[in-house]
Amino acid sequence: MYGSRTTGSPYAPHTDTETVAMLDAVGVDSEEALFDIPEPVQFDGDFGIDARSERATRQLVESILERNDDLVELLGRGHYGYYIPSLVDHLSDRSEFLTSYTQYQPEVSQGFLQALFEYQSMLVELTGLEVANCSMYDAATALGEAATLADRLRSVSGSVVLVPELLAANKRSTLGNYVAGTDLTVETYPMVDGAADLDAIADRLDGDVVMLYAENPTVRGTIEPGLSTLGDLATESDSLFVLGSDPVALSLLERPADVGADVVIGDASVLGLPTAYGMGLGLFATREDYLRQVPGRLVGASEDGDDRRAYTLTLQTREQHIRRERATSNICTNQAWVALRTAIHAAALGPDGLVDLATRDVTRARELAERVDDLPGVTAPVHDRHHVREFVARVDGAASTIAADLEDHGYAVHTLGEDELQLCVAGATDDELDGFVDALSEVVR
Amino acid sequence: MSDDSGSAEIRHDQARWSTNGTYEPLLSEKDSTEIAVDADAAGLPDELTRDSVELPNLSESELARHYTRLSQQTYGITSGPYPLGSCTMKYNPTFTEDVAALPGAAVHPDRSEGSTQGTLELLYRLQGYLARIGGMDAVTLQPPAGAAGEFVGIRVAAAYHEHNGESHRDEVIVPESAHGTNFATAALGGYDVVSLPSDESGRVDLEALEAALSENTAALMLTNPNTLGLFERDIQTIAEMVHDVGGLLYYDGANLNALLGRARPGDMGFDVMHYNVHKTFATPHGGGGPGAGPVGVVSELAPFLPAPRVREADAESADGPREADGPDPTTDSTDAIYELFDPEHTIGTVHGFQGNWLVLVKAFAYIARLGDEGLADASAKAVLNANYLGSQIDYEIPYGPFHHEFVASAGEQDAADVAKRMLDYGVHPPTTKWPEIVSQALMTEPTEVETKSTLDQLAAAFNAVAEEDDATIEAAPNRTTAKRIDQTSAARNPRLSWQALDADDE
Ligand SMILES: Cc1ncc(COP(=O)(O)O)c(C=O)c1O
Repeated sequence: MYGSRTTGSPYAPHTDTETVAMLDAVGVDSEEALFDIPEPVQFDGDFGIDARSERATRQLVESILERNDDLVELLGRGHYGYYIPSLVDHLSDRSEFLTSYTQYQPEVSQGFLQALFEYQSMLVELTGLEVANCSMYDAATALGEAATLADRLRSVSGSVVLVPELLAANKRSTLGNYVAGTDLTVETYPMVDGAADLDAIADRLDGDVVMLYAENPTVRGTIEPGLSTLGDLATESDSLFVLGSDPVALSLLERPADVGADVVIGDASVLGLPTAYGMGLGLFATREDYLRQVPGRLVGASEDGDDRRAYTLTLQTREQHIRRERATSNICTNQAWVALRTAIHAAALGPDGLVDLATRDVTRARELAERVDDLPGVTAPVHDRHHVREFVARVDGAASTIAADLEDHGYAVHTLGEDELQLCVAGATDDELDGFVDALSEVVR
Repeated sequence: MSDDSGSAEIRHDQARWSTNGTYEPLLSEKDSTEIAVDADAAGLPDELTRDSVELPNLSESELARHYTRLSQQTYGITSGPYPLGSCTMKYNPTFTEDVAALPGAAVHPDRSEGSTQGTLELLYRLQGYLARIGGMDAVTLQPPAGAAGEFVGIRVAAAYHEHNGESHRDEVIVPESAHGTNFATAALGGYDVVSLPSDESGRVDLEALEAALSENTAALMLTNPNTLGLFERDIQTIAEMVHDVGGLLYYDGANLNALLGRARPGDMGFDVMHYNVHKTFATPHGGGGPGAGPVGVVSELAPFLPAPRVREADAESADGPREADGPDPTTDSTDAIYELFDPEHTIGTVHGFQGNWLVLVKAFAYIARLGDEGLADASAKAVLNANYLGSQIDYEIPYGPFHHEFVASAGEQDAADVAKRMLDYGVHPPTTKWPEIVSQALMTEPTEVETKSTLDQLAAAFNAVAEEDDATIEAAPNRTTAKRIDQTSAARNPRLSWQALDADDE
């Protein structure tokens, strides 16, 4: 079969004899006769796509992807390339996990349900909130879902969603699309030296803000020092306090429940997925009070006919297949398999490994900032804050030119505006960081 | 594959690991270790850190067993037939995992265009493949699932109407028998949902459609074949009626597997569609996701698509027909230069980056592997399999002629009980109780990947259950990891984490 078959789908197993027998049983004499498509809309052209053997297809994809340069990436801003333990790939690739679907029949899906229940539990521990769903698409869509949740709760009469002025552009844009069908409007609050401007926010919270959003760390890698103040301000003004973070940062930084967060969103695939061109896993956790308003799927424990603990999707009356236009979200297919990978990765790290990873994200970012700050024409970090994973550096000369030169040396970095670079240590080895510092020193010389 | 194996019964006793009367214990029951967080080690002030973290601390070998056992307690397509209607549970070719794992696929989305020509080329080629397959002019690959594709469609429709000074259009029409996401997406987009009854034949009722259409219609969302597996024979008339009032026609691509190479939404008059690559193009469903839901549009709507998209760097027009053609799909040569661009009136983004890239790589590989002939054969065999299976089961199938799926009625039996009992016969049951137009619906889609003998086994499972009494089917399943699970208890007393389990749950 491999490569030798030239017609038909290689994954349709029918022999000619079987096809004939089946057509006979149905009572028609050709496959064509089974199609009830009016003549004028029949397609008799072709796509011009040649079939290929498995080997030739692999070669094609390889030859295309080889055009991607092999660069050391010091890139982050919401998507990170941590080392993924081999165990994560091998276990998540077990075909029962990979080829099953949404657990509509829980009795035959206990394994996946348990893995998702465990994923939810890990996020409950990390956020301190009582409820975590088993996935949204990514951080940006999770933020959009948080806004529609705020819209449904409507504890204030106003309609403003307040977000930081420093926010990944696509997150902001995605949020805009999610609220387009509501009367919510998105406004920004200013930042001071890379952190929320608490005074400006206090002034702004005058009763019409339904949701206040902050990130920890921020998109520039700074650790937000004013979270409890933000939590208090949100409580006083009846705004929903939504915090953006991720499982690595959460293992070290302030626990969202302790600073008054009502909802935590973010990208959980920082654990579990390698660099994947932005593919993610939307984290969504909230307080028990909002349970009936949660978007997406929830796995719960119950009992089976033998009175043993068993797992099932639950509270499905929130969901589109039951509640239709009154559902809490339109999501159906989600990122369950990524959640499985995230849980395996977190379990493989264990509590020490996870906290250690986050700790090194702080110390290594600090060290790299110090080293590049020592270079002529480079100031880092730009913000006088603590950082995790990444930070912004200012350069003399055009950032874009420096980034292009760095690329020639084999390194990819972010450019922000005219004269800023953003550098991330998450996926890089110590040797790679040494090589980067050497390259940067040549480039800025 | 021998022809006389048809009557052989399959049985499957699913793995059931248990310890002291509990099925495979939770990670947290195997170990739970609380550690203090040391702010000093990170050089951070105490106020910026949490106090402690409590998580399982297990060795690699313990974890390997834990997840291996969980996988054994999970039924997938590689376990046996999975005829879940509307979900197109095809076999997922293993080699597509290999290409998605290529080192060249692991790139960051913020890299320069110059250093990611491979990624851009693959995306561009896939845009071209999908445009040809759907008969569309331009494609975005950003939506991470079918429902997200629907949302793009609805947002594009809104932007288009607004651009034409017609923002008063505030209704989206959805057939009664449509998937829940259609209603939910229209509502998310801020539209009033007008639900459309079917006619006696199970298709769109033209009179009802006429009554529903008005100058307030933004769009009609339609699946074709519809959720009963029936082709909407009046599709051209429907398109004309919708266009006459200035509305757009949206194609829900969930059922495209029935039509590959035989009919194209673009030729039927659809203006915008999503492709459901985890269904039609065999990317794995992963226990619920990830999938991908690329959206194709006619050229008039291309300027509104999400940003960015990919084009050839020397392309003359941003959104013209040339781009839809894509590179010559018959060549494997790779030398053009590609770039990202923002469509002129883009709605912005619906994802933080470019969607589910790894899924798109798998979909590309699947299409490149099958080619024209393979794709057309997939739809032929999918429709043949559904019709053959339909001919072998004793339950009544009220509507036809159906294509890749049929909806049988469990009659006096409860469809949910029938499904549970089918598990005891070693197969995954169909989708149940939807669409509601068939009472006690058993929505069945075997896909092209099953052999005749597997279909015979599947039919035997249906037929055995059809003969059984209520007491028997209500007591099922018996051979699965867990016995029948109490849904009411799960919802009434929500326990959504291991922290929420009380002592007697443990
Ligand atoms: C008919 C139909 N439309 C839309 C969807 C939604 O697609 P997705 O689950 O990829 O979001 C589905 C499937 O789940 C479906 O069956």
